[in-house]
Amino acid sequence: MLTIRSLTKRFPGTLALDDVRFDLRAGEVHALLGENGAGKSTLIKCLTGAYRPDGGEIRLDGAKIAPRSTSEAQELGIGTVYQEVNLLPNLTVAQNLCFGREPRRAGMIRTRAMTRAAQDMLDPYGLDIDVTRDLGHYSVAIRQIVAIARAVALSGKVLILDEPTASLDAREVKMLFDVVRGLKARGLGIVFVSHFLDQVFDLSDRVTVLRNGRHIVTEDIAALDRLSLIEHMLGHALETEVADHATSHDAVIARPEMLTFRGMGRAGVVGPFDLDVGQGEVVGLAGLLGSGRTESAEYLFGLRSGGTAEDIKGPIPIDTPRKAIAAGFGFAPEDRKTDGIVAELSVRENIALALQARRGWARPMPRAEQQRLARMYIERLDIRTSDAEKAVGDLSGGNQQKVVLARWLAMNPRFLILDEPTRGIDVGAHAEILRLIHELVGEGMSLLVISSELDELIAVADRVIVVRDRAHVAELTGAEIRADTIVRAIARHDEIGEVA
Amino acid sequence: MQRTLTQLAPQLVTLAAVVLLVWVVFPGFLDIRLVDGRLVGPVIDILKRGAPVALLATGMTLVIATRGIDLSVGTVMAICGAVAAWAIDGGFGLGGALALAIVAGLVAGLWNGTLVAIVGIQPIVATLILMTAGRGIAQLITEGRILTFTHDGFAWLGSGTLLAVPVPAVIWVLTGIAAALLMRRTALGLLVEAVGINRRAAALAGVNATVLLIAVYMASGLCAALAGIITAADIRGADANNAGLWLELDAILAVVIGGNSLLGGRFSVAASLIGAMIIQTIDTGILLAGFPSEYNLVIKAALVLVILVLQSPRFAAEWRTWRAARAEPRPAGQVQEDAP
Ligand SMILES: Nc1ncnc2c1ncn2[C@@H]1O[C@H](COP(=O)(O)OP(=O)(O)OP(=O)(O)O)[C@@H](O)[C@H]1O
Ligand SMILES: [Mg+2]
Repeated sequence: MLTIRSLTKRFPGTLALDDVRFDLRAGEVHALLGENGAGKSTLIKCLTGAYRPDGGEIRLDGAKIAPRSTSEAQELGIGTVYQEVNLLPNLTVAQNLCFGREPRRAGMIRTRAMTRAAQDMLDPYGLDIDVTRDLGHYSVAIRQIVAIARAVALSGKVLILDEPTASLDAREVKMLFDVVRGLKARGLGIVFVSHFLDQVFDLSDRVTVLRNGRHIVTEDIAALDRLSLIEHMLGHALETEVADHATSHDAVIARPEMLTFRGMGRAGVVGPFDLDVGQGEVVGLAGLLGSGRTESAEYLFGLRSGGTAEDIKGPIPIDTPRKAIAAGFGFAPEDRKTDGIVAELSVRENIALALQARRGWARPMPRAEQQRLARMYIERLDIRTSDAEKAVGDLSGGNQQKVVLARWLAMNPRFLILDEPTRGIDVGAHAEILRLIHELVGEGMSLLVISSELDELIAVADRVIVVRDRAHVAELTGAEIRADTIVRAIARHDEIGEVA
Repeated sequence: MQRTLTQLAPQLVTLAAVVLLVWVVFPGFLDIRLVDGRLVGPVIDILKRGAPVALLATGMTLVIATRGIDLSVGTVMAICGAVAAWAIDGGFGLGGALALAIVAGLVAGLWNGTLVAIVGIQPIVATLILMTAGRGIAQLITEGRILTFTHDGFAWLGSGTLLAVPVPAVIWVLTGIAAALLMRRTALGLLVEAVGINRRAAALAGVNATVLLIAVYMASGLCAALAGIITAADIRGADANNAGLWLELDAILAVVIGGNSLLGGRFSVAASLIGAMIIQTIDTGILLAGFPSEYNLVIKAALVLVILVLQSPRFAAEWRTWRAARAEPRPAGQVQEDAP
């Protein structure tokens, strides 16, 4: 149905797509895989008119197409969820969902009809939210679902999903997959980009792997196993995957107490909860979205005020991020686009930003030192960029995430909060980052890791706190940290009573 | 240095083009003579008359880099000029008058900065308040008259010369250099850009965005105070109604012609200053060319439009595509790049 031949796209300093081919059949889910920076998003943007390719051709149902804008691609029946959600936070959920296709009578938008249409669109995802509120009011995950619902409604022939599940938890992923299977049965072709190989095996029929902008292989999923897939992606085998973690869960290790938080939170937001963090301890925070995980982190980092913090020397003020940073805290937020990167600044400047802010404006960091720092983290985290002076906004999504991590690692904080730290990061780099986390913890840094990926929590955490309905409801340690126990603790409420 | 020059190339080329244009219409344009120990000539006149806009543009550049805008600078000029004239007449002496005028500018900036950074009002609205109310304040100080004074030291700031160069020109050049050095030799420039591009992310990284925002509006107020002092000194009086009238628009224009984005982020003070000189050259050129005065604004608008179109990224992209298309014929159906 959709065929792409010898597609080429060049950016200054990078050949993002080099003679790439890709086929999509009606009624299939075709996974597009590759490392961070392999060219997946670029391929998609060429397809949807966001970028203009430098060469090659795209055919839809045999006819050559060259969409000049995303709206033109939509008219051709191609619906897309981009990696970085690009909806309008100042409009309501309903306006975002119906944007450009508002129900009208005599030119006037029929608000009530629009609200109803929006609710219907969200229905398959089990999302019961007030669609008349501004989208910006809701979390990343909800915005993600809204983007998906909109793209699904727009896609007549082709649906493209660029890492749609990066901030969703297991429950929403399942609902999304049900929707996708329904569309597939209706004969749509679906392109699915993800770094979660389990999901790829679960959902897709065929796989195409890109590496360094080149087409490596296209295969039926049945013909591939996990290891060969990874090998295609990385170009070499992965030594250790996440599963065999260095953290031993057999014994509960007593650690020197470092930080104690009391009465964090406020009724209606989250908590209030107490938290003790030992030196070199990794605390995991598990829970569904909207359960209050991110809000918990925001209290700990002074983004919201409520509660007190103390270390062995006495109380420490943490009522603003600056004070928290001065106390040796760090926070890599969930939404890298709005809260993490400073898009137009270079990789070097982004990595140095927090360090520079702590030194104060009057003591600029010498350029050579910034360059050294940038080079070090580009190498350690394998950040794919043509050079350290490239604007971070021009990096691939996963590489932007690495830059945000690098910024905080460079600070060497004593307590680092990571909210979905590996969102959008490929398998190779994922293993590398977990290794780095173990190394830092070994040096005495304490971590709070929020993650929707249970495997990741199990791999790194010494202790897992389960958040449900805006309260910390369970704490698992040692051998209790297993996928089944966590899932049970997260879901207990659902089993007992009926949920909305 | 090399890099700075390449970055400034579009503005320098534009300035050269405008100068050339005026020189064609008015051949005496580039003449400079030394008369009674002071340089005279159209170019010197531009350097002097461009001082207020150049000063305002310096502060405006910093404000715009934070994704803000300061509409009140013209009014703040009037207030500060009035304060200075009133203080001279009130016998505060030159030092006292200058200090009071500068304090007035800083207070105005503090007010704007507080509204923007703490109260959270949009910059265009926040500074509009002082833009409109401020003339009233200036009129209260001058009691509705043109407040004249006689003080040779003060008048020297507006019409005197230093080493044969008009004092206002010296003041704006020094202010511009000071601002550029302050931004680039410290980390301020980087922090201001970070706040302008993504205030939330910058604040989460520990940048004190609130204080920085207030500081840039105060810097803008300071620059407006200097411009107000020069203007008052030049006419030996404070005119609350006309001092600095509409100059905020010229200052914004100078920043834009300087290639700085109104969406904040990367900025260059030097480029804005060249922008200010481009505007003043156009103004002076139109006068010299002897067009009937009713054409002045139309001609200026047309020239500015041409400059902005030539500098727009869209145009640059089209131009490149066009050149590439001429070099190697492309299949039809490929058109210019849409921003994603
Ligand atoms: N606008 C741009 N300007 C310059 N370079 C770009 C731009 N967009 C992408 N690139 C470069 O093109 C390459 C491919 O990026 P792309 O976003 O397609 O990767 P990806 O496969 O989607 O990776 P990820 O898994 O991290 O999302 C990267 O090296 C990136 O730096
Ligand atoms: Mg991508």
